[in-house]
Amino acid sequence: MRKYSVFALAREAMRGHKGWDEQWSSPEPRAEYDVIIVGAGGHGLATAYYLAKEHGITNVAVLEKGWLGGGNTGRNTTIIRSNYLYDESAGIYDHAVKLWDGLSQDLNYNVMYSARGVMMLAHNVHDVQVLKRHIHANRLNGIDNEWLSPEQAKEFCPPLNISKDARYPVVGASLQRRGGTARHDAVAWGYARAASARGVDIIQNCEVTGIKRAPNGAVMGVETSRGFIGAKKVGVVAAGHTSVLMDMAGVRMPLESYPLQALVSEPVKPVVPCVVMSNTVHAYISQSDKGELVIGAGTDQYISYSQTGGLHILNHTLDAICEMFPIFTRMKMLRSWGGIVDVTPDRSPILAKTPVQGLYVNCGWGTGGFKATPGSGNVFAHTIARDEPHPINAPFTIERFRTGRLIDEAAAAAVAH
Amino acid sequence: MAATHRISGHGRLTPAKTVRFTFDGQSYSGLAGDTLASALLANGVHLVGRSFKYHRPRGILSAGAEEPNALVSVERDAARRTPNVRATVQELYDGLSASSQNRWPSLSFDVGAVNDLASPMFSAGFYYKTFMWPKAAWKSLYEPKIRAAAGLGVSPDQPDPDHYSARFEHCDVLVLGGGAAGLAAALAAAETGARVIICDEQAELGGALHFEAGTSIDGADGWSWAQATAAKLAAMDNVRVLPRTTAFGYYAQNFVGLTERVSEHLASPGHDLPRERLWQVRAKRVILATGAIERHMVFADNDRPGILLASAARTYLNHYGVAVGQNVGVYTANDTAYAAAIDLKKAGVNIAAIVDLRDNPAGALVDEARALGIEINHGRAVIKTGGRLRVSSMTIQPKNGGGERNIPIDALLMSSGWTPSVHLFSQSRGKVAFDDATKRFLPGTYAQDCVSVGACNGTDGISATLDEAYAAGEKAAKDAGAKAGKSAKPKAETSESWAGGMLGAGPGAGADTTVKAFVDFQNDVTAKDIRLAVREGMRSIEHVKRFTTNGMATDQGKTSNMHGLAIAAETLDKDIPAVGLTTFRAPYTPVTFGSIVNHGRGVLFDPTRKTAMHGWAEAHGAVFEDVGQWKRAWYFPKPGEDMHAAVNRECVTVRKSAGLFDASTLGKIEVVGPDAAKFMELLYTNPWEKLEPGRCRYGIMLREDGFIYDDGVVGRLAADRFHVTTTTGGAARVMNHMEDYLQTEFPHLNVWLSSISEQWAVIAVQGPNSRKIIEPLVEGIDMSDEALPHMSVREGKICGVPTRLFRMSFTGDRGFEVNVPADYGQAVWEALWAEGQKHGACAYGTEAMHVLRAEKGYIIVGQDTDGTVTPNDAGLDWAIGKKKTDFVGIRGLTRPDLVAKGRKQLVGLKAKDLKVVLEEGAQIVADPRQPIPMTMIGHVTSSYWSENCGRGIALAVVIDGRDRMGQTLHVPMPDSVIEVEVCSPVFFDEKGERLNG
Ligand SMILES: Cc1cc2nc3c(=O)[nH]c(=O)nc-3n(C[C@H](O)[C@H](O)[C@H](O)COP(=O)(O)OP(=O)(O)OC[C@H]3O[C@@H](n4cnc5c(N)ncnc54)[C@H](O)[C@@H]3O)c2cc1C
Repeated sequence: MRKYSVFALAREAMRGHKGWDEQWSSPEPRAEYDVIIVGAGGHGLATAYYLAKEHGITNVAVLEKGWLGGGNTGRNTTIIRSNYLYDESAGIYDHAVKLWDGLSQDLNYNVMYSARGVMMLAHNVHDVQVLKRHIHANRLNGIDNEWLSPEQAKEFCPPLNISKDARYPVVGASLQRRGGTARHDAVAWGYARAASARGVDIIQNCEVTGIKRAPNGAVMGVETSRGFIGAKKVGVVAAGHTSVLMDMAGVRMPLESYPLQALVSEPVKPVVPCVVMSNTVHAYISQSDKGELVIGAGTDQYISYSQTGGLHILNHTLDAICEMFPIFTRMKMLRSWGGIVDVTPDRSPILAKTPVQGLYVNCGWGTGGFKATPGSGNVFAHTIARDEPHPINAPFTIERFRTGRLIDEAAAAAVAH
Repeated sequence: MAATHRISGHGRLTPAKTVRFTFDGQSYSGLAGDTLASALLANGVHLVGRSFKYHRPRGILSAGAEEPNALVSVERDAARRTPNVRATVQELYDGLSASSQNRWPSLSFDVGAVNDLASPMFSAGFYYKTFMWPKAAWKSLYEPKIRAAAGLGVSPDQPDPDHYSARFEHCDVLVLGGGAAGLAAALAAAETGARVIICDEQAELGGALHFEAGTSIDGADGWSWAQATAAKLAAMDNVRVLPRTTAFGYYAQNFVGLTERVSEHLASPGHDLPRERLWQVRAKRVILATGAIERHMVFADNDRPGILLASAARTYLNHYGVAVGQNVGVYTANDTAYAAAIDLKKAGVNIAAIVDLRDNPAGALVDEARALGIEINHGRAVIKTGGRLRVSSMTIQPKNGGGERNIPIDALLMSSGWTPSVHLFSQSRGKVAFDDATKRFLPGTYAQDCVSVGACNGTDGISATLDEAYAAGEKAAKDAGAKAGKSAKPKAETSESWAGGMLGAGPGAGADTTVKAFVDFQNDVTAKDIRLAVREGMRSIEHVKRFTTNGMATDQGKTSNMHGLAIAAETLDKDIPAVGLTTFRAPYTPVTFGSIVNHGRGVLFDPTRKTAMHGWAEAHGAVFEDVGQWKRAWYFPKPGEDMHAAVNRECVTVRKSAGLFDASTLGKIEVVGPDAAKFMELLYTNPWEKLEPGRCRYGIMLREDGFIYDDGVVGRLAADRFHVTTTTGGAARVMNHMEDYLQTEFPHLNVWLSSISEQWAVIAVQGPNSRKIIEPLVEGIDMSDEALPHMSVREGKICGVPTRLFRMSFTGDRGFEVNVPADYGQAVWEALWAEGQKHGACAYGTEAMHVLRAEKGYIIVGQDTDGTVTPNDAGLDWAIGKKKTDFVGIRGLTRPDLVAKGRKQLVGLKAKDLKVVLEEGAQIVADPRQPIPMTMIGHVTSSYWSENCGRGIALAVVIDGRDRMGQTLHVPMPDSVIEVEVCSPVFFDEKGERLNG
């Protein structure tokens, strides 16, 4: 792998950028691998990378039905934070935030992790109780999260409307300064490049259509649109389509898939310096380095695999944005799109072994898994390599829905992303 | 300044109707009917903007919505500034003030243009490869610099004083696009009597007839036919013609979003007109007549001001009477550019040369150009241009190399052919198919009830277009249920030709990597960027797009996508369809948030719900809090009282005498039917079959997983009728939850559910004197303790109106809840208030309500529970019918973790210091000296100052809390640790004697 740096860039600038290598190679699938990862989203690619880097397992293929990073990884609004309530969640999301911090250097790829701060607004007494509960729990878990008055919130984000006349006035906010955003494509590409450099085969346009099991029930490999590929270990990391894949191995998943929409505005000069989220008025916003306002909505009400949602959802989302930022009515929506998110009953992920020997699953990130990408890939690689979970993901089993040992972030806060 | 580039006798504007405007502070004059772009060109102004990355000087490329370059900021006043307005669609009005963007200090001298010199460094995706060292510099240095450099216009900084409107509409046939095809289709449909809507993004219908001078329809010239047809349609009762209206999104089941610019073109719109109007149309049939968009040629320095699309130059001439130059070059690979050269030549403009990449261009247009004496260089390419702020020359060369020739020009027209506008078709989820013969993507498989006609369907030539469109209009109307039409279809003659065209880079884009042959103008994406992306392993067109940002600018790639695709395909050595097309995403062109939000601002953002007694509370000085959509009276301060003092007084008064509380917001559901009790047995944990009519019970509802979902007091009015109450926040979802189970799990039960939350106003009268207050006003109900014990309900009258009178308490004192029809709520409240005054009663708000219930350890679902709490955790095991074998959640409750040790249980907490009021949400630990991360064993759910107890009180959930009675625990705060003692959650009247006191 040719190292990226400003010097390399300058050298290439002088010779027309002719010397760059392919960021990842696109080989033909081999007959058999030690490990197959299904789904080349951020989580799948990160898993492959850490398998190679930390566990020395390089005979790995990542199979992707479309183009790598084209699922939710390339569709999300890239909010990163770790101020979750429960110890288990704080554990995994903060593991990720710590990895985000040096990720550009580790991957030698600028993923533009931007710790610009994530602010969550409170609009009523109930919101205050919920946010303060998080702040106290975070503090005792060593995770930064602080309380702001409406005036402090406005100072941190000047365009915010804190007028008492708003339909739902801002009564305070919590702020995680280490929270922020990153560049989604760069995350997928950076992991793909680094994994490929360590010998991982990334195979695009290769849809998994079946999971083959030996007479003893153990996994033998997968049927794909490009033929059978053998492997004794298969990790499914397919976000909204996980239930479909797991069904191929006869495993029923506690997941529901919903469309989730987002949109961007035309680019303008810097105006929103941080991430602002409001659960009560149901919208969140940040501004990309390119200048677009990046705006996210809630999920559609009904489960579906259709990646287009309805106009009414965007309508409600923009209502909320213009409530928080009345100066934005003349901004223009440039693009809108949807992704399919996989939602568990307790809104926490599943990162675990399964009842099928050699089959592992990493899913259920729902509306908020981008932020976990490095942490998730890291501990999932451990789980596959050692055939046992890392202490950080040990609580995120499938069985918890049977035993009732939930990690109910939804109940605790009903906060998305 | 007078417009010097207007050619008299040309164009359709009226010379006498002048309009003044300014651009970058300089005054100009234009004509009514001009766009900002045509008016600028009439004044000889080509330089209007700077590009995104390299800050290259840019002019006006097009005459329509596809414009990538001419983006300006338009400002009516300080509060009405719109960034990124396309000058090519902004209609001129008197006093319009526009300014250029993304330049400093001025448009002609822009410091940012050094980026152009350093451009070899700024290759596609360069930022992924650098800015990584030192690590901290990304946040402190690089990112702020990048952010400041990026972005085009500047966001408004004041709230928008204008208003926006919205309409929902249904129709039989919706026609999107009002060119020849759309008009013919609309006409055919309209004449059957079908309800038709036709919209077009331009001010006047006519589409390509704006410039196609060589077409005549039904004997008139094309433009006149279009205007006459539009007028005819507008006069029909069954037709709505919407100019200035863009169809921006095609959603499921023929639901189309249109945005109409109502007053954007008016000098002084006045306050009654909305600025824009959103139309949400559900159509039985949709006809797509969205036309085609001309592409530019890709060669070195193809972006200088003065270089524009051939059809745009023709529009400026034939419609606006403006010559884009005096000495014009033409670079083309297809026939349509010839027509532009011919029209300009005939108008007296010198055509320096036509450069045609094709070896043997032929046909009537070529002959005509030749006959006019225009020099035609076939088999040649323009390989570069000269000029800084305006193009001044073009260099041409045989396409396979050879001698170069430099030709001075002041404008250059280009055309590489036409891209059918399949955007909306694609949004409808239709699949496009590549037509190899003509090298274009056309509508293939349809997914909805729609049809494409004319240029967007790849139908070239006006006669074929009219035939196709007319037939489609008739068929759509018929399919939508209309009868056959009666008129004759229009007949056309034309000298226009659409033949030829090419995709991708021309010779001038060369393999040489130093040239800038722009594919996407606004985002500064060049042919070499696309080649680089492929070299770096980007094989999917989506990767190429994201890596180079080709097609991601505000024009969404209308002119660039096909070129980008062709260059990528060539580099990959693959066929175009094998590389694939990127997804078309809504909106078609950018839509203002205001238009989508329309009325949903301020008070109309979300309905405000007020109870029947709201006015009284307001008049009595209540401070309100938002609870969901409700405004609830929070406390009633007397003059000089702060919240604390008011709440203390209210709490003490209730326990000493009585208080009136507005409980109307609680959800109320009537469960009726022969199987009502059976249904209640299944939905609630409690037993109901044996509850006698006239009695009440506190009910708990679980989710399937065994956790508390909602609670409330339920009164049995009759054997087959329950009056159920829910929490305020739970009203709607409990109703949905019940309906869901009734319809999907228990459809055999004979039960009806009605939401009656809005029907009944509820006045809680609580406190030792409560009965004395109510009794004088009640008829037909014996209110003695024997006849109306705690937890019973009676129907009768109060103040002469029907009431459901509950005896129940959420304070622990004797209490009643008086339900009356909502319309009588305030009158009955006033009557009760008058009675209450005789006993020194007060009105109390939600805060006092919270304190009083906390003194008794009554939980609030959603505050003391959070969806992870079982009845046992909350100390409510008694509410589970021990003999019951089924209810929603019964299996969930038996899961191992729900019965294990170590669950969090509801307890009371007393701080060692009486005066301390703990913070709600604060965490509890056993050992405050442990290092971080600490082991947290619970948290404070409710906490208040209790004047009645003379101390702070709190409820909390703590691991194995009930086994910890009397234990000392700790609440670590940022600056101190608070010592607390675990106690019973009941702080007041532990024996419960006051219920009958
Ligand atoms: C609109 C939107 C906004 C969001 N905003 C945020 C946010 O702000 N912050 C945040 O943290 N999270 C956010 N999320 C969630 C986040 O995007 C996801 O949780 C995360 O990206 C999931 O990553 P992944 O790698 O698991 O999934 P994906 O990136 O979806 O990858 C799964 C891959 O599996 C492939 N696949 C599926 N089936 C098969 C098959 N049969 N064979 C082969 N391959 C297959 C898919 O093509 C896909 O590429 C958002 C999501 C959406 C949709």
